Amino acid sequence: MTSTASVHDGTDGADVAPEQLSDVVIRFAGDSGDGMQLTGSQFTNTSAILGNDLSTLPDFPAEIRAPAGTLPGVSAFQVRIADYDIHTPGDVPDVLVAMNPAALKTNIGDLKPNGILILNSNEFKKVNFKKAKYEVDPREDGSLDGFRVFEVELTRLTREALAETELGNRDKDRCKNLFALGMIYWLFSRTMDNTIEWLGKKFAKKPDIAAANIRAMNAGWNYCDITGAFQVRYEVMPAKLEPGTYRNINGNSAAALGFVAGSRRSGLPLFLGSYPITPASSLLHELARYKHFNVTTFQAEDEIAAICASIGAAFGGSLAITTTSGPGIALKSEGMNLAVMTELPMVVVNIQRGGPSTGLPTKTEQSDLLQVLFGRNGESPMPVVAPSSPADCFDAAVEACRIALRHMVPVIFLSDGYLANGSEPWKLPTVEDLPDLRGNFASGDDLDDDGQFLPYRRDAETLARPWAVPGTPGLEHRIGGLEKQDGTGNVSYDPENHELMTHLRAEKVARVADTIGDLEVHGDPEGGELLVMGWGSTLGAITGAVNTACDNGLKVSRAHLRHLNPFPKNLGDVLSRFDKVLMPEMNTGQLALLLRGKFLKDIVTYSKVQGKPFTRNEILAKIEEMMEVGND
Amino acid sequence: MTETATLTRKDFQSDQDVRWCPGCGDYAILKAVQSLLPELGIPKEKFVVVSGIGCSSRFPYYMDTFGFHTIHGRAPAIATGLKTSRPDLDVWVITGDGDSMSIGGNHLIHALRRNVGIKILMFNNRIYGLTKGQYSPTSEVGKRTSSTPVGSIDPPFNPLALTLGAGASFVARSVDIFQQHLVDTLRRAAEHRGSAFVEIYQNCNIFNDHAFAYMTDKANRESQAVYLEHGKPLVFNGGAQGIVLNGMRLEVKDLGNGLTEEDCLVWDETNPLLAQMATQLLPPEFPTPLGVLRAVEQPVFEQSVGAQIQNEIDRQGTGSLEELLSAGDTWKVG
Repeated sequence: MTSTASVHDGTDGADVAPEQLSDVVIRFAGDSGDGMQLTGSQFTNTSAILGNDLSTLPDFPAEIRAPAGTLPGVSAFQVRIADYDIHTPGDVPDVLVAMNPAALKTNIGDLKPNGILILNSNEFKKVNFKKAKYEVDPREDGSLDGFRVFEVELTRLTREALAETELGNRDKDRCKNLFALGMIYWLFSRTMDNTIEWLGKKFAKKPDIAAANIRAMNAGWNYCDITGAFQVRYEVMPAKLEPGTYRNINGNSAAALGFVAGSRRSGLPLFLGSYPITPASSLLHELARYKHFNVTTFQAEDEIAAICASIGAAFGGSLAITTTSGPGIALKSEGMNLAVMTELPMVVVNIQRGGPSTGLPTKTEQSDLLQVLFGRNGESPMPVVAPSSPADCFDAAVEACRIALRHMVPVIFLSDGYLANGSEPWKLPTVEDLPDLRGNFASGDDLDDDGQFLPYRRDAETLARPWAVPGTPGLEHRIGGLEKQDGTGNVSYDPENHELMTHLRAEKVARVADTIGDLEVHGDPEGGELLVMGWGSTLGAITGAVNTACDNGLKVSRAHLRHLNPFPKNLGDVLSRFDKVLMPEMNTGQLALLLRGKFLKDIVTYSKVQGKPFTRNEILAKIEEMMEVGND
Repeated sequence: MTETATLTRKDFQSDQDVRWCPGCGDYAILKAVQSLLPELGIPKEKFVVVSGIGCSSRFPYYMDTFGFHTIHGRAPAIATGLKTSRPDLDVWVITGDGDSMSIGGNHLIHALRRNVGIKILMFNNRIYGLTKGQYSPTSEVGKRTSSTPVGSIDPPFNPLALTLGAGASFVARSVDIFQQHLVDTLRRAAEHRGSAFVEIYQNCNIFNDHAFAYMTDKANRESQAVYLEHGKPLVFNGGAQGIVLNGMRLEVKDLGNGLTEEDCLVWDETNPLLAQMATQLLPPEFPTPLGVLRAVEQPVFEQSVGAQIQNEIDRQGTGSLEELLSAGDTWKVG
């Protein structure tokens, strides 16, 4: 919590003067049934509308409802709001709302010293201490001494506020998260209007539930206003973002919109073949709502059928995509190879999660990079595009469509759970500025001199083959997984032809590099002692750490890879200009392994595989260690 | 669009040499399909032949249509995506007993459950041919093969019972060398709205020769096969025998001595219970049923998908990308 100035505006007759902060991190933690994700999202949306820059980190268990009150059942939502441009959801919360002892136990270790801790004291009882594996009441053993603790009887107060409603206690208790939200709205001087409107819409068919939730939220607000419980009040002013229209968006929503945009800009119908899997399912849910954009979503019988249906749609001339996570990629490998061999355009979306096997379904990791690059039989090159922030998922999705359609190749969109569920303000793009992806199909005019159609005749520039969709007279041809003769596409077992085709498929992907631009170095493009390099969702933490290191007088540069195959053409040159390269990855060093192999450059891997993103401070500490700060 | 009236069998023959073993039953099936397609009144470029892996799955290379030789077992899934996104195409799936009943079993049953408008021709030779003669999921128990030197122990699938159980709206059976019956059966499949599944008994003369000889040998054809025809009584063996419904059982009866055709079961291809009963007409006790076991109208998947999209366009108007991007709560800076 960064304090800037203290002003008094006397809002709502409160006696407390709001103190202005430029940056605050709030974490809501409770049972998975307590509605913490909803509470956090509401606070986030309101803050977005008020113009704050923000970044969120939902953290929920794989179990839908683990036994109430237990440690595995804790669900949390962290949001950071600021009046300036931020890159991460924050390392340590300034405010922690703990709805029960289990939520306290799993989250208190992160709370900032002297941070605000709001407890639902009604849940602090023997039975819950046992479930949370507390030997003694944590409120009485001194372990909370370093924090500003506010005990509130959230359950009792919510029930009292709803005493006059017809609801049973069970339904009343389900409103206590809104009581807590009302308190936080008061504490940060936010309007409740947005949430009131949202509740009205969400429970349009259950007006009594909407009214109860609104009443509970008002009660939380009034409780703070009347009792003066906090004795402090804060305010975070709007951020000075680039001019434009913004909305708050998470990564999977942004990607879904990117694919619709790709469809519109190419004039092709969008076809999604998918099978439910965490954390990719929300892409299926979102795209299923866009039927009026001529989007077909097909929930297949398994991961294999999902990609195969998409391949069928690609053969038929749709913009085809399939969405999954690592375990699904394993099952789709054979299908991906068929798309590689038949050179059909499609996008394979991998929202990475912790592995191996079922691993950590709801936690984030970057450990599928080598899988998507090399996890198929044979020489099977596929371009890989990795978004670096939730909003960037939109641009990366459009870029994946562009590569697929222009180069007639299946493309990997490699996101992760942190980007998928995390959110940030997104400056809305202008539709006309998006790439024009029209004009893809071969026609009856594309026959060679003797009237034959050559399905594997290549574009001189990109090496793409023609996309000859069924229904086009004169272009009847056969494709398949067997090796193809150059040009005719007929089955060929000729040794020289196989070698030629292997190299052609590789060269076609390599030529994508002609269209992706150079890798940009932030800091000193001429080189220096240390380059911090990353890919994907580590961008925020790396940027925050490098900026802070530079503010502290260190000479550190950074660069971030968006295209992981092919690499930007100047990558080797960039690497050679720095004495040391630090590579934070949420794996055990997969990209570093590649770069070492390809460029014979030593890379220092900073590995984190805890199912959580890097914090800025972790990377900053590593930078300082490498720059030998304090070791002179 | 090509002129459909003038299409002949030759128009559907590709320039590729057919490479099945001499004497393979696949030749007869290829001939039947190439004879039928020109008669359907559909422009040639609208046909797509999709296959999986196996001997039968080389089929698309020999058809001068759009073709897709895909991966093992996945043809129904790929055809589902193609037909769903392109209902205007006439999509045929060529598969075998290993391709469709083993590795691709899941895709087959789900394509049939959805009633996707694809025609699935399953060449059943009760053996793995392309991998050199292992037993298949339709091989009889005790089959001695390279992978089961002392005999297979797992019971086979009954493909007709399986596909009926999956909810298929059209299920039929024919035989490679019964050319006219095969063409007629395939025509029924072609004309069916929705999924059509046709099991074709196909002789592999290399690894499982004479698998269906009990029925296809000239001497046995009359006595060992019964043709199912909608509205007609089940009579076979040149009129000497018939099948009667006795309670919940089908029984073979010699006709004469007061028992006539009128006493035989009249076939009804819309009756789901009769269809299931016919799948249990197994040799040697019963003649093998050939023809259409089931043909009913059910909602067709790709049409329902298209209707939902059209309904949403009618209800909401064609989506505007600008509006979609700026949906929800937005705010302006600067």
